[in-house]
Amino acid sequence: MSEVSSFQNPNPNPKISAYYQTRAAHHGVVTSDWLAQAHAAVGIGPDSDDFSTAAGAEPSSVGKGFSVIDEFNNWRKQPDLAEAVAAIRALASVIRSSNATTMMELEIELKKASDSLKSWDTTSISLTAGCDLFIRYVTRTSALEYEDFNSAKSRLIERAEKFGEISYKARRIIAMVSQEFIFDGCTILVHGFSRVVLEVLKTAAQNRKLFRVFCTEGRPDRTGLRFSNEMAKLDVPVKLLIDSAVAYSMDEVDMVFVGADGVVESGGVINMMGTYQIALVAHSMNKPVYVAAESYKFARLYPLDQKDMAPALLPIDFGVPIPSKVEVERSARDYTPPQYLTLLFTDLGVLTPSVVSDELIQLYL
Amino acid sequence: MEPRRPGRTVIDPKVRQVGFFAPAAAPERTQSTPIEPSSSPPVSDMSPSGNSLSPVMIPPPRHASDTHILLAGNSRPVPHFPPVPSSPLRRSTDAVPVVGSYNPSDAFKLDVASEFPDDSSEVTASPGLVRRSGSGKFASSLPSGGGYDLMVGKMNNMAAAATTGASSLTTVSVVSNLAPGVSEKAGGTLVELQNDHPENAKPLKEKTSKAERRALQESQRAAKAAAKAESSKGPVVSGAVASGNAKQAKPAKPSTHNKDSASVATVEKKGGDRQSEKDRKKDVPHPRLQFDDKSRVEKAKKRAIVKQTEAMNRVELFRHLPQYEHGTQLPVLESKFFQLDPMHPAVYKVGLRYLTGDISGGNARCIAMLQAFQEAIKDYSTPPEKTLIRDLTAKISSYVSFLIECRPLSISMGNAIRFLKSRIANLPLNLSESEAKALLQSDIDRFINEKILLADKVIVKHAVTKIRDGDILLTYGSSSAVEMIFLHAHELGKHFRVVVVDSRPKLEGQLLLRRLVAKGLSCTYTHINAVSYIMHEVTRVFLGAASVLSNGTVYSRVGTACVAMVAHAFRVPVLVCCEAYKFHERVQLDSICFNELGDPDTIAKVPGRMEINYLNNWTHSENLQLLNLIYDATPSDYISMIITDFGMVPPTSVPVIVREYRREQLWL
Repeated sequence: MSEVSSFQNPNPNPKISAYYQTRAAHHGVVTSDWLAQAHAAVGIGPDSDDFSTAAGAEPSSVGKGFSVIDEFNNWRKQPDLAEAVAAIRALASVIRSSNATTMMELEIELKKASDSLKSWDTTSISLTAGCDLFIRYVTRTSALEYEDFNSAKSRLIERAEKFGEISYKARRIIAMVSQEFIFDGCTILVHGFSRVVLEVLKTAAQNRKLFRVFCTEGRPDRTGLRFSNEMAKLDVPVKLLIDSAVAYSMDEVDMVFVGADGVVESGGVINMMGTYQIALVAHSMNKPVYVAAESYKFARLYPLDQKDMAPALLPIDFGVPIPSKVEVERSARDYTPPQYLTLLFTDLGVLTPSVVSDELIQLYL
Repeated sequence: MEPRRPGRTVIDPKVRQVGFFAPAAAPERTQSTPIEPSSSPPVSDMSPSGNSLSPVMIPPPRHASDTHILLAGNSRPVPHFPPVPSSPLRRSTDAVPVVGSYNPSDAFKLDVASEFPDDSSEVTASPGLVRRSGSGKFASSLPSGGGYDLMVGKMNNMAAAATTGASSLTTVSVVSNLAPGVSEKAGGTLVELQNDHPENAKPLKEKTSKAERRALQESQRAAKAAAKAESSKGPVVSGAVASGNAKQAKPAKPSTHNKDSASVATVEKKGGDRQSEKDRKKDVPHPRLQFDDKSRVEKAKKRAIVKQTEAMNRVELFRHLPQYEHGTQLPVLESKFFQLDPMHPAVYKVGLRYLTGDISGGNARCIAMLQAFQEAIKDYSTPPEKTLIRDLTAKISSYVSFLIECRPLSISMGNAIRFLKSRIANLPLNLSESEAKALLQSDIDRFINEKILLADKVIVKHAVTKIRDGDILLTYGSSSAVEMIFLHAHELGKHFRVVVVDSRPKLEGQLLLRRLVAKGLSCTYTHINAVSYIMHEVTRVFLGAASVLSNGTVYSRVGTACVAMVAHAFRVPVLVCCEAYKFHERVQLDSICFNELGDPDTIAKVPGRMEINYLNNWTHSENLQLLNLIYDATPSDYISMIITDFGMVPPTSVPVIVREYRREQLWL
């Protein structure tokens, strides 16, 4: 019983989305808010740890010898590992430690683990998508293809191990396919810190393309500052803008490059707050908006409007104390509808937004 | 404004008169029709053979120069037609094909009518044959056709008889297979009629084109007669095979005459390329019966069980759709109940309920039809010397054409029929009759359960996730799927309000409203006139659909497009709920080319309010046309999401579902 209840409210710190906790840790951004919350998290932390060790101590009848969430969190700490990859690695360790004897049993076990993972952080789209993708793969793999259950199992684990590689490869592919779109003398506006976009621009710089980058500041977690750092390291001319200067400088911009937290079924993207308004400005000035996203970020979600998804909350540091009566919009991301996007660069190729749904249908049905 | 300019109308070779206007020359139009005072111009304009042929047929070389002059400067006076004002010129371009015999079928129709005024059956039968040859089908199937035509064209009428004799000899060997199919289907009567016809053939005058057509027709007759003589000795089985082939090639063809023509087309092929021809035909969608094609309508009428009287004043743009006087068919059909031997009572009952409007809505109609077919299959027994697969397919086809006569098929029904026929066609040959019947019945059950009932449940499951507390949901008309969604969301304890938008004349929304209110939902009821007022407070629009077409167009109850467009203008998301079995691979851009016409009286009269029935005696007035459309097409731009049993997809993904799951749907 306690197991279930702890899964229902697993995130120790509901004020900040777990997804952004990791990101903040990775990016080394420390805000005063964040520190306070980290302290609070430590206060709650031991409880859940206790539980997981307790669960691990007794070989439970359910077959769950350890907590999949802990496993996931361990994987997640590696900065270069994408969230989806961490999820899949965590699920692979579920397979490894499971003592199921049939494929069906294993499937049920995996399903449970992925459900608990998903409910641990409902805001992370790539986590959800990664879990779904792996479950999908498992259900499509039947033990009949292999001589016995054990070889099927090892095959699944092998596949999960490979997934990290696949995700790394995906970034390379995207960097390759997007090179043709970066021409000499162009100005690129970048919003947020995306590893894929970084890879794309890095490759372009290595290919001796001459281009200029505008980085938005990326409040509240200052992702733009970090990105401009990276650009400066590559000797790419870079200029920082405050988030509200996008429209002001849009006429100089030739294209907009953004990453994505998730690509949804309509072909739109969910990304860091501000993407939508940049896309709107770019659309009204006829500038192309390119999204770079790996295909494991494709999620079977279909938000109809901005409020139609679980909000991922982020603490915002205004520098001065905010009176308690003042409400603060703390949502960390928004949804950009497909009509404002020009193309998606994915490891499946360069896609128009409407193809996303086709790929998803073929992937999941 | 732009298209009205004279320059454009003159250049345009095909004149499509858009809007509502009288078939006879309207008073204000009289001055614009000095060239053809005798014939009623809109009819000749809209005649399908004259107007819908490819533009290649249209421009005669002599006239092309005229249009060039017009193109160069339309204000300049035109030397060829000095007294004519600029706007009637386009009429003259239309008239040219008839005069210059560029439109052989029309010319021939006139000739036949003038020559054999008494022989009505002949008149109705022959243009079809010749038209088909004119459209190239026959010519392509007979390799010698072109040369033969030329030859006849050179002959004078004295020698015509001799040529037909000679050519009949050449054709007989080719066509001989055809005769069993014909004689079986049409009975001996038609062939006999044609047999003794050459005696009263009159000498042909004036036009060479007439002679051509005449000769061709006679050669066909002779061929048929000869073949019939041969077939009386020949085996009966080949006939069954031929007709079976014809049916497989065009499964949903409503008219038996068309089946004959199909058998002509297929049988005349040599064995080798018959298969490929069939495949090609499958790719091409078979033509729907166009109700402004008089000869075909006549033919269709002869076979019809339901005697429908066509309404008098029909709107010009919608002449290709059937419109009948309502309320006249039922007594006739009832009186025929015991004479209708081939019709299964269950099918008959369903047909009558369609006719009276008892059953409406895509799902309800489809389920009712499938259940009737199930009954019919249960009581079916294969006649001696026939195979179940072929005979049952024919039976189903006859049922379907009966149902079409009662009310045009919905797309959902069309898909269900396609499914059933493919199941019958793919029955394993080694099954006994009872096993086959049981298999088919369980297949139908599965179709109903999986594709309709279960699909609805999945749709509800998906759609409910899009309803939040405090939402105001708008729906239009009455859709069973939307109703289920609302009820389920209510059961889940979500707090929302429903706005039911309704429209005359069916007022289906009231039924929905009644059921929703009875379940305790809080509702608002309004008519479509107020939709732009109510829309600003709405957060979601849920719509049902009769079908979703390949380009994402939603084909639904008339008024849906209006609601969707208003919602789009107010930035309210529009969610369309539609089961995947209703998806169709066709593409439709407007609501004109394919639609259904309802009873025009219902929009002219308001029941129970005598004081506002201003149109009481006007419905038969010549210059009043009433248009009661049943469906309309909503462009995909106005639709945010389509909720189907494969999940929530954008309208751009409909072709993917159609492509990926069409096969699976047929095979289930």
